[in-house]
Amino acid sequence: MEELGQKVSFDSKRAKEMVNELRGSFEEGKTMGYEWRVEQLKAILRMINEREADFMAALHSNLSKPYFESFLHEISLVRASCSLFLKQLKHWMKPVKVPAAITTYPSTAHIVSEPLGVVLVILTWNYSFMLSLEPVIGAIAAGNAVVLKPSEVAPATSAIFAKIFPEYVDNSCIRVVEGAIHETTALLEQRWDKIFYTGNSRVAKIIMTAAAKNLTPVILELGGKSPVVVDPDCDLKIVAKRIVVGKWGCNNGQACVSPDYIITTKSFAPQLVDALKSTLEGFYGKDPQQSKDLSRIVNSEHFGRLTRLLDEDRVYDNVVHGGQRDEKQLFIAPTIVLDAPLDSLIMTEEIFGPLLPITTVNKVEDSFSVIKSRPKPLSAYLFTKNKKLEEKFAMTISAGGILINDTTLQVTNPDLPFGGVGESGFGSYHGKFSFDAFSHKKGVLSRGFGGETPARYPPYTPWKQALLRDLINGSIITLILALLGWPWRE
Amino acid sequence: MGVEMEENRGAFDGHRAAELMAELREAFGSGRTRSYEWRVAQLKALFRMIDEKEAEIMAALYSDLAKPELEAFLHEVSLTRSACQLALKELKRWMKPEKVSSSITTFPSSSEIVSEPLGVVLIISAWNYPFILSLDPVIGAIAAGNAVVLKPSEVAPATSSFFARTLPAYLDSSAIRVVEGAVSETTALLEQKWDKILYTGNSKVGRIVMAAAAKYLTPVVLELGGKSPVVVDSNVNLEVAVKRIIVGKWGCNNGQACIAPDYIITTKSFAPKLVEALKSTLEKFYGEDPLESKDLSRIVNSNHFARLTRLLDEDKVYGKIIYGGQRDEKKLKISPTLLFDVPHDSLIMKEEIFGPILPIITVDKVEESFDIINSRTKPLAAYLFTKDKILEEKFVNNVSSGGMLINDVALHLANPNLPFGGVGESGIGAYHGKFSFDAFSHKKAVLHRSFGGEAPARYPPYTLKKQRILKALLSGDIISLVLALLGWPRS
Repeated sequence: MEELGQKVSFDSKRAKEMVNELRGSFEEGKTMGYEWRVEQLKAILRMINEREADFMAALHSNLSKPYFESFLHEISLVRASCSLFLKQLKHWMKPVKVPAAITTYPSTAHIVSEPLGVVLVILTWNYSFMLSLEPVIGAIAAGNAVVLKPSEVAPATSAIFAKIFPEYVDNSCIRVVEGAIHETTALLEQRWDKIFYTGNSRVAKIIMTAAAKNLTPVILELGGKSPVVVDPDCDLKIVAKRIVVGKWGCNNGQACVSPDYIITTKSFAPQLVDALKSTLEGFYGKDPQQSKDLSRIVNSEHFGRLTRLLDEDRVYDNVVHGGQRDEKQLFIAPTIVLDAPLDSLIMTEEIFGPLLPITTVNKVEDSFSVIKSRPKPLSAYLFTKNKKLEEKFAMTISAGGILINDTTLQVTNPDLPFGGVGESGFGSYHGKFSFDAFSHKKGVLSRGFGGETPARYPPYTPWKQALLRDLINGSIITLILALLGWPWRE
Repeated sequence: MGVEMEENRGAFDGHRAAELMAELREAFGSGRTRSYEWRVAQLKALFRMIDEKEAEIMAALYSDLAKPELEAFLHEVSLTRSACQLALKELKRWMKPEKVSSSITTFPSSSEIVSEPLGVVLIISAWNYPFILSLDPVIGAIAAGNAVVLKPSEVAPATSSFFARTLPAYLDSSAIRVVEGAVSETTALLEQKWDKILYTGNSKVGRIVMAAAAKYLTPVVLELGGKSPVVVDSNVNLEVAVKRIIVGKWGCNNGQACIAPDYIITTKSFAPKLVEALKSTLEKFYGEDPLESKDLSRIVNSNHFARLTRLLDEDKVYGKIIYGGQRDEKKLKISPTLLFDVPHDSLIMKEEIFGPILPIITVDKVEESFDIINSRTKPLAAYLFTKDKILEEKFVNNVSSGGMLINDVALHLANPNLPFGGVGESGIGAYHGKFSFDAFSHKKAVLHRSFGGEAPARYPPYTLKKQRILKALLSGDIISLVLALLGWPRS
């Protein structure tokens, strides 16, 4: 077993060799069988069970992620996903019968799911465990050979994957490549049958451009500024709890579906701010730096980025809660900013951290035009008891996904496709959508040798044309006659 | 507004493209294209147009391709009409949000998938089926509620100009536009930010389109081509098989179709019978002098004519012609031509033929054909003629292609319940029927919760007790689940 990315540099030549090996395995048919796929999924489940402590420690090392969060958002979601796949895989692999059309009568039609081949999954750092395994599980279940490239920004999880994963899965078909830009570039120079990328739009463009050279389809799971609209007509206490846990309780705001900013009415804002403040104190105490329940900022680069957002002139003066920071600890306190200018950095860049701006409008409906004037986000949230407002929001606000009266939970429903639109990405996964994402849906039409329609063949006579016209215009008698191959005129 | 044609205002450059985009974005932003009524009005108008202008359409197709009237009617006009009809019939149902089940982790909640339009989409069409390959995607884009720009192929100029002058008279020009032109106009269009691009054509330009789309993270559907193989087993009804192969090849725009049978693979022992049957049926269909037959399209232009003669005249290949091979450069005609056992590395076995030439290669056992197909790039379609159900199953399970058809050729595109699209080099994405609607929609996940169903265990500070509760919940322990949902034990 190769020790990739350790002593020898992983360059284009090594990448090509690896892809060729995997292609060889794929072409031998190793990944096609139901048994192989189940074996890999069971192995992954076993790995999660046996090495839970190792993974939790790595997640904690990367981000000081509270064990509770790691368990809930990462470990258990992946476990649930594995179980779902094991339960449903046989069903998903079955060809789907579809109605045959009259124009091809008699025939049977099916849609067959087949693997794409050798796929590349490029992972990100913030949910380094879950976001790594979820697409990989989908790729394996769909019968592909897979290469994972974990994020170097989460070095502990990356190292753990590189070490532990090969002990459980079939290395002739599944590989881990550690590294950064250099290694990723080498990988992107190869021909893949699909590339799945989670991350930011800048790198996504690089990936899609590289993919275009080989007509490789891609799924891009990106981010954006996910807005939260808070209608005064709501249960404020619950709203505050659900916003706080969705923001700071998910990797301290470093999540693609994190509530990025709030929009509420000018009149309601003071109450909302108070409720958020008291909930924050209830959850994290008076000195949040002492709380064990908050992740840290992942590294000093992101710490610098976030403090830059916070310290911009017109923003810093509008801090109504928090603002404290400790660079050594990579800690920034849960911070609320009220009415930062709409063109400030904090209101134009994806925050991805523990800062929460609140923007106020006159009427709650005005929030719709604020959201629509910006790039489409990965998620959009609305808190309201008003069913009409809820419906209008769900039908007219375009986002990857929408959640009413809560935050972030949409990722836990495997029956909902999870993915972006516009700037927040394209393609989706989770549950069966993961299986589909890594499959080719092949249309198969099967006929027998009966059902000949002489009118179909040259020489084309006016009579034949008239017959076909009638046929297609739905004249039943002509249809029957034609189907019976009558009148004969050869 | 409306009837003004792009070409009357001078060159269509980047500036004009940006203006066009701004107008369409405004139209889409107004919400006009989202209503059921608007979509239905456009589809009905298209349907009316096909009825009222049928003669003009057929004439344009004849001018562009010398396409026999029966083909033009069957493959272009009536298929487009059916696509319209299907969309009109099903649109209400397609537009309805799809309820899905909610998971226990979000109880109580309701979940649905809402289809919403993507925005402003670009459809770049091809020359070989210039009518349907333009309108079929447009129908899908309109049905899904988008604003649309159609760029028909300049290689089919009569059909292109038909669209430019006729569509504005029937459709809402504030949201649906035609841009005529070639490379420079297409480049200007590709510099804009689209919400989706659907391109039909070849893989070289497909790469260019995808690279341009990458600049804006625009999703694409690429309907490309490839060498669609036909495997012919000895266990067949030879008479019927041969008729179907011939009409699928030469009866579809004289082989100039993305799903045309490109080459045949059969066994050495069966080949002579197959060749005889092909020859005699070809003569029955197209007569002794096929260059004179009215039932064959011509080659579209002299570029393609030269390309095809180059394939035929390659040294390795020339001696392998066993039928046909006649050509008339002035009339842009090449007669139906069969080649036998050409070298696998000849040009004609490497490039997509897209013309009236059909090579036949042989293997010892019919299963060997699967390896040959799999050693090449994945084609748009793969065909097998056999009565052997086991061979059929092997073929379906072991050969990868966009779509497959057993015991016939080309027909699968007529079933709107099957997704039509490629894989690998033959393309990305699919359309037809509801797949067209889906191709131009964003499937937005919507989860509805109420303010009930609070689970205190979810909130910080995280205690061991809470962790236990959630562990139990997630491992499906019903009793703990109920207790947790009832908010017990409270911390």
